[in-house]
Amino acid sequence: MKRLDARFSIDYPGFHFDVAFTVPLEGTTAVFGSSGSGKTTLLRCIAGLIRVPSGFLQFDQAVWQDDAQGIFLPVEQRRVGVVFQEARLFPHLTVTQNLKYGMKRSNPSLRRIDFAHVSELLELESLFERRVSNLSGGEQQRVAIGRALLASPQLLLMDEPLAFLDQQRKKEILPFIQRLNRELRIPVLYVSHDLQEILPLANHVVLLKEGKVAATGSIQEVFSRLDLPGLVESNVVGAILETRIMEHEPQFGLTRVEFLGQSLFLPQQALPPGAPLRVQILSRDVSLVVGGPPATSSALNTLEATIVEVRNSPGDQYAVEVKLDVGCPLLAMITRKSFYQLRLRPGQKVHASFKAVALS
Amino acid sequence: MTVPDMDWSPLWLTMQLAGVTVIVLLLVGTPIAWWLAFTRSRFRTLVEAVVALPIVLPPTVLGFYLLTALGPHGLIGGAWKDLTGSALSFTFSGLVIASAFYSLPFVVQPLHGAFEAVGKKPLEAAWSLGASKLDAFFTVASPMAVRGYLSAVVLGFAHTLGEFGVVLMVGGNIPGVTKVLSIAIYDHVEVLEYTQAHFLSAVLLIFSFLVLTIVYTANRRLPIHVS
Repeated sequence: MKRLDARFSIDYPGFHFDVAFTVPLEGTTAVFGSSGSGKTTLLRCIAGLIRVPSGFLQFDQAVWQDDAQGIFLPVEQRRVGVVFQEARLFPHLTVTQNLKYGMKRSNPSLRRIDFAHVSELLELESLFERRVSNLSGGEQQRVAIGRALLASPQLLLMDEPLAFLDQQRKKEILPFIQRLNRELRIPVLYVSHDLQEILPLANHVVLLKEGKVAATGSIQEVFSRLDLPGLVESNVVGAILETRIMEHEPQFGLTRVEFLGQSLFLPQQALPPGAPLRVQILSRDVSLVVGGPPATSSALNTLEATIVEVRNSPGDQYAVEVKLDVGCPLLAMITRKSFYQLRLRPGQKVHASFKAVALS
Repeated sequence: MTVPDMDWSPLWLTMQLAGVTVIVLLLVGTPIAWWLAFTRSRFRTLVEAVVALPIVLPPTVLGFYLLTALGPHGLIGGAWKDLTGSALSFTFSGLVIASAFYSLPFVVQPLHGAFEAVGKKPLEAAWSLGASKLDAFFTVASPMAVRGYLSAVVLGFAHTLGEFGVVLMVGGNIPGVTKVLSIAIYDHVEVLEYTQAHFLSAVLLIFSFLVLTIVYTANRRLPIHVS
């Protein structure tokens, strides 16, 4: 498998940046960390926009930077697409000219992405005749993504591309980025401090903390690790559910939401009834019941589920991960003992009880 | 009033001088402005001050130093003589060099401001799209800085048109070679040829007014707004 191998180290006043990691060049790798953790610095190093004095960067077989040997490939020769926080479209060019700027400069024999496909993927046709200054923030960012893709990059770097967009626009753009992943086989490095952006997107995670790599691996591995201090709920993310708020039950401090025609309860939310709410279930919070719904249980949320797949937890030898289908995938992490006692197998019908947490 | 028997060569010479000076200044001033806009060197402020000097120095002071420098034993004149075998002082070439120094800030400053307004961000985008540094300069930075170029050309040209003190010091008053408009007008007034002075002054006034009007109109209509 192709890999990106990076080692960068630099001392800024009051900030020591020292990262080293290897990630596979497939799917989306999220570079995740709070602001000031060095995410953007890392991305700019990989793009070749800054050169730290002692760095090493290898893309598959190609060495892009090796200061031990004085190698530094300039940014324009790396064939990396960069999508910045601001769209950075060229105001003196039309949307179409912007889109074709990188394409015209790419080697025709290395072009892998055609104009029509990108236009369709990002729904750009209606924007061709528009002036760049008249595009909304979300439209500008779609054009910027298209412009980067049309240069046929071997790696797409996205530096918090949704940071300057409001929630509505974020929701508008995220599906496009998800489609890129599925339809174009370009490895993506996606920088964000926002777990909400990363959870639906990322396959791999490089977790940065104060200029150092705190963890790296697949998203399941990284978020199943319990030994990561200061990280958001560091359990495996079991599922992300799109729900709608039905009603509040203030006497119990609960809010009832609807998910695929069924009711779920979570701690009371501030949003009004009818508002959409994205809910996260952590796999540690899921327990399984075999043999009909529990007649009496303290668990508020119970869904019928079919076992899809069973595997050992990569992070915990006494835990078993069970992939369930409840209308969407749901991951449960249970003890090995429970797994043997319940005799779980793929295809089996069970009931999943869990605690749900609001994401927004 | 009939057109008196007039020598129009100062007008033509002035246009030539201003035109050539602006071209020279664009070639020399663009790299200086670019460097000023993007360098982190601690010499930046020093260079900025040197470039701005002609704004504050009396033209006679500047002219005096240039006269010394352009002379056959001067820093520039000596090198020129070694290179071409001819002297610089009291020639058209000498006048161009002197005008270039004199009008330098009027070309460099608008360009400097324009490049700073463009900033690094669009350039980084262009580089990441495969554009070389030079390619990005010509296809992104320059078109985005078009208003700066327009101001630079107009100010450089207009400022050279009205030049008097420096030309007098460096170029003298040789008809057809260094006798520019402002000096011709001065000469006419000296010998009380007010009609001729009126004509030349009016030409300069109307020309300047027209150019500025056209430029400001064009500038307003230019599509590039760099915030």
